[in-house]
Amino acid sequence: MKTKLTTLTLSLIFGITGSSALFALESLRGDEPLTAESSRPDKFRQEVVEGGFDRSYEKQPPLIPHKIEKYHISLRQNGCLKCHSRKTAERENAKPTPESHFITRDGKRLNRLSTRRYFCNQCHVPQMNATPLVQNVFEGD
Amino acid sequence: MTESAKKKSTLIILLIGIFLGIIFWGGFNTAMEMTNTEAFCISCHEMEENVYEEYTDTIHYMNRTGVRATCPDCHVPREWVHKVVRKIQATNELYHKIVGTIDTPEKFEARRFELAKHVWKTMKRTDSRECRNCHDYEYMDFDKQEFRSAERHEEAFEQFEEHGAARDAGLTCIDCHKGIAHRLPEEYDPEKDIPGESIYYDD
Ligand code: HEC
Ligand code: HEC
Ligand code: HEC
Ligand code: HEC
Ligand code: HEC
Ligand code: HEC
Repeated sequence: MKTKLTTLTLSLIFGITGSSALFALESLRGDEPLTAESSRPDKFRQEVVEGGFDRSYEKQPPLIPHKIEKYHISLRQNGCLKCHSRKTAERENAKPTPESHFITRDGKRLNRLSTRRYFCNQCHVPQMNATPLVQNVFEGD
Repeated sequence: MTESAKKKSTLIILLIGIFLGIIFWGGFNTAMEMTNTEAFCISCHEMEENVYEEYTDTIHYMNRTGVRATCPDCHVPREWVHKVVRKIQATNELYHKIVGTIDTPEKFEARRFELAKHVWKTMKRTDSRECRNCHDYEYMDFDKQEFRSAERHEEAFEQFEEHGAARDAGLTCIDCHKGIAHRLPEEYDPEKDIPGESIYYDD
């Protein structure tokens, strides 16, 4: 009897939440039928900020405050190092890659960038002037 | 021959001379112009498959306003004398085309550093003349530029004003703008190319 009741309640709960989720379901295309042409997405511009963005928490990888379309990161070349390597940064008025970027995951200090930091925009990203699709309530310290 | 007949024949020879001159001159200049187009440059697959492909990904190929810089704009001088000199040098490319120095992507990559260094040296020597055909510090609106650009350009421009030419002060467009149209060679190391201390113009 008890199990029956639980099953019933459970299925009721799932039924309700499931169906309400079903009604709330909306694709990124909105109500447009699949066969129609999708509407043009809004255009956004990158935010270019002198002096850089404030960080939201201590160990946040700082956001990129400048354009980066011109710089390629490939097996052969890392365009970011033109200005952010130890030797070039001062001349370019940029900050060099910090100490943390030379340390391997086993804690060894290398003389060159650690490979896990090679692809800069895995962690450092530019910002668009778009309104967030989802509110972010994270509070850093 | 009578005096008047002599005069007549001189006149005719002169006219024929002028006529032929115009044709050759015209033909010469047409040939110069025909070989000064992007279509001509990429008629060689060596040029098309590597450097052209990369260039189509850059701002000088496609941008907001549709104003372009094509291969000869950056690589062939505009002034007549310099242009003829470059064309004569270019016959060297013909030789390498025939012997196939860079006829595969692998061969091209292996030689890219050499070729790039030739171009860098030339641009350094001419104070980036071809860039300055279109760009001029004097008409740059530093307010409209990104802060990074404005900062460095003001610095370079001041030197330019002081010395009359950027070349005396040491800094010109190519010092800070390598790799704007094509991928950089593998051997390129930015730490050896700090503006003013670059080793890439040495022989
Ligand atoms: C032409 C030189 C140049 C190149 C190339 C360059 N940067 Fe920068 N970058 C700068 C300068 C200058 C600043 C300093 C901005 C400031 O603080 O005002 C900066 C700032 C930054 C910052 C912010 C640092 C902070 O503490 O706020 C990040 C992150 C960054 N760059 C990442 C990158 C990445 C990733 C690339 C490659 C895709 C790159 N940069 C390529 C010049 C450059
Ligand atoms: C795995 C993520 C990651 C990668 C990849 C990475 N970074 Fe960072 N970066 C961080 C974090 C986290 C910080 C802030 C904490 C710190 O200083 O270590 C940071 C800080 C920085 C700073 C600011 C230094 C300062 O003094 O304030 C610069 C500049 C920077 N990184 C440049 C780069 C460049 C250039 C690359 C590519 C060669 C790169 N980073 C790759 C995570 C990363
Ligand atoms: C006949 C085929 C061919 C055509 C057409 C051609 N190139 Fe080349 N180009 C080559 C070859 C082959 C090389 C490699 C030369 C070498 O290995 O020294 C080369 C090298 C170059 C270099 C490197 C220069 C240097 O000093 O080493 C530049 C720049 C260049 N070409 C630009 C152009 C431009 C601009 C055009 C159009 C006006 C053009 N090329 C048309 C075959 C061609
Ligand atoms: C035929 C004219 C022409 C020549 C030659 C030329 N450029 Fe440009 N360049 C342009 C135009 C036009 C733009 C701007 C496109 C736009 O933003 O609409 C531009 C943009 C640029 C940019 C901005 C890139 C960006 O991403 O914002 C740089 C840097 C640049 N040129 C450097 C150079 C250098 C260095 C040379 C010489 C090697 C050169 N240019 C030769 C016409 C030229
Ligand atoms: C001292 C170094 C330096 C010199 C010399 C220099 N530039 Fe720049 N320039 C920069 C930097 C740094 C930037 C910004 C980062 C980037 O474009 O990678 C820049 C950006 C630019 C831009 C884009 C401007 C913007 O913010 O939209 C153009 C166009 C340009 N340079 C053209 C030139 C031309 C043409 C010359 C030669 C007359 C020249 N530069 C000489 C350092 C220099
Ligand atoms: C905006 C100017 C510009 C334009 C447009 C341009 N180049 Fe270049 N080119 C350069 C510069 C600067 C170099 C020197 C190497 C570097 O910095 O990437 C170069 C180098 C080269 C080289 C030597 C190999 C290398 O990769 O360094 C060849 C070959 C070449 N260019 C051919 C072409 C051809 C073909 C076109 C047209 C499809 C073209 N270039 C368009 C500026 C330009």
